[in-house]
Amino acid sequence: MTEQLVAETADTTAAQPSIGSTVNRVTNRREKVSIRNMRFYYGEHEALKTVNLPLYENTVTAFIGPSGCGKSTLLRVLNRIYELYPNQRAEGEVLLDGKNILDPRQDLNLLRAQIGMVFQKPTPFPMTIFDNVAFGIKLYEKLPKSELEDRVVSALKRAGLWSEVKDKLNASGLSLSGGQQQRLCIARGVAVKPEVILLDEPCSALDPISTGKIEELIGELKSEYTIIIVTHNMQQAARVSEFTTFMYLGSVIEFDTTEKVFTNPSQQKTQDYITGRFG
Amino acid sequence: MDLYAGRRVRNKIYMTLSLAAAVIGLGWLVLILGALLWNGFAGLSLAVFTESTPPPPGNGGGLANAIVGSLIMTGIAVVIGTPIGILAGTYMAEYGRHTTLTTVVRFINDILLSAPSIVIGLFIYELFVATMGHFSAIAGAAALAVIVIPVVVRTTEDMLLLVPNQLREASSALGAPRWLVIRKVAYRAARAGMTTGVLLAIARISGETAPLLFTSLNNQFWSTNLNAPMASLPATIFSFALSPYEGWQQLAWSGALLITFAVLSLSIAARILTSRSGS
Repeated sequence: MTEQLVAETADTTAAQPSIGSTVNRVTNRREKVSIRNMRFYYGEHEALKTVNLPLYENTVTAFIGPSGCGKSTLLRVLNRIYELYPNQRAEGEVLLDGKNILDPRQDLNLLRAQIGMVFQKPTPFPMTIFDNVAFGIKLYEKLPKSELEDRVVSALKRAGLWSEVKDKLNASGLSLSGGQQQRLCIARGVAVKPEVILLDEPCSALDPISTGKIEELIGELKSEYTIIIVTHNMQQAARVSEFTTFMYLGSVIEFDTTEKVFTNPSQQKTQDYITGRFG
Repeated sequence: MDLYAGRRVRNKIYMTLSLAAAVIGLGWLVLILGALLWNGFAGLSLAVFTESTPPPPGNGGGLANAIVGSLIMTGIAVVIGTPIGILAGTYMAEYGRHTTLTTVVRFINDILLSAPSIVIGLFIYELFVATMGHFSAIAGAAALAVIVIPVVVRTTEDMLLLVPNQLREASSALGAPRWLVIRKVAYRAARAGMTTGVLLAIARISGETAPLLFTSLNNQFWSTNLNAPMASLPATIFSFALSPYEGWQQLAWSGALLITFAVLSLSIAARILTSRSGS
């Protein structure tokens, strides 16, 4: 298994000149997700142009780039959430543990149970805090009440929300503050025990203190999950991620370790963006 | 300064005109309600609720058979119309939002929504009464159901369209199949509005006379037989108000008062539900 994945990594690197050489020196991580020659269309419009990208297990990878560069679109391909809308389609391959999830035979619901997602705006369901977290668990597991409670509590603890909500589990999820709602969404996501967590600008609607809490949480979660975060905030990318992908006009311009991208990028475009010359 | 003085004068004129229009509009409503209360209360007694409509010359008696008849037919109409309306609205807002079928159904539904109810009565007359050979309560209920359906379809679709897509994405991202997303999340978020739609549909049909004239007709006697003509409040009011007997006319006033208050309380309940859904 490992040999095969190493071979695949090498293969991908060869096909993608912008992938930095530092990556292979720094990481001995397994490639959890491999995006291969993937193109994405909104109707006739090609929004992503032949993306090749490795995403490593138990690390945080940040997608950065100016608005409209396709970073959110790329994230939304990874759990095929785009399929909720007509006229959106992806071509090529996205391998999750070596299995192509763009295969039409792939069961979408099972895929999404494996790959969690947190959105830009907090999206608590109109139900109690407890039910919000239990919702996802109950979809795929039939647990006795006490065990379900344990799972909900541990998910809330995992998301650093437990001490704030332990006395009001039956209050509506909508009664929480924005930052709490977002952590509730993270708790809901980790409760179903996914392998990959997608974060789509999870802090853009939050105040600095809530943002700090969520970034701390991301640091803790990566020991168990593969995390991919889309962010507008370059400092945030620098703070939380090991790898950074810079995207521009639907293409991956550069993928490398975060340190390399932010200190010594190999592409001029990346340098211009990092130093604030555009975007 | 002259320009400003002129504007002040015109402002006064238009304010007075608007106020007068509002007073005239409201004034008639107050007069109608006043006349109803004045004339209707005089005839209200326990007998109105316990005794059936009296034979001519119409002394004594009550409206028990008409009240029960109205409740039965309205009840059946709601039981038939609500599920059809909600499922159709669900298709239009959730499954087939961009399909031609939805566009066509929405167009036809809008026509049906404003169709003269007497036409609906005639349609059911042809379909049920003419084929069965006699008037019946079930035909009356069917005519009312045809009025309920477009109202419920419309409100269900509108309310579901108001549910933010992020909620659907968030629940789909946990791996919930579409039907669960709709049932557990979308319906819950739209619950108040959808209930309001059903209440408004009940309010609408509880005062309908025309569709009942050709279908359930009327019945002087106590009857709960669905296969026979059945009394209803609107039809009873219609025939008693036109009668020469004072006792009957008095009962018509009382019946009108009952219907008005039933509709009024339904509308108030709908209002409360709608305003609460905002929180």
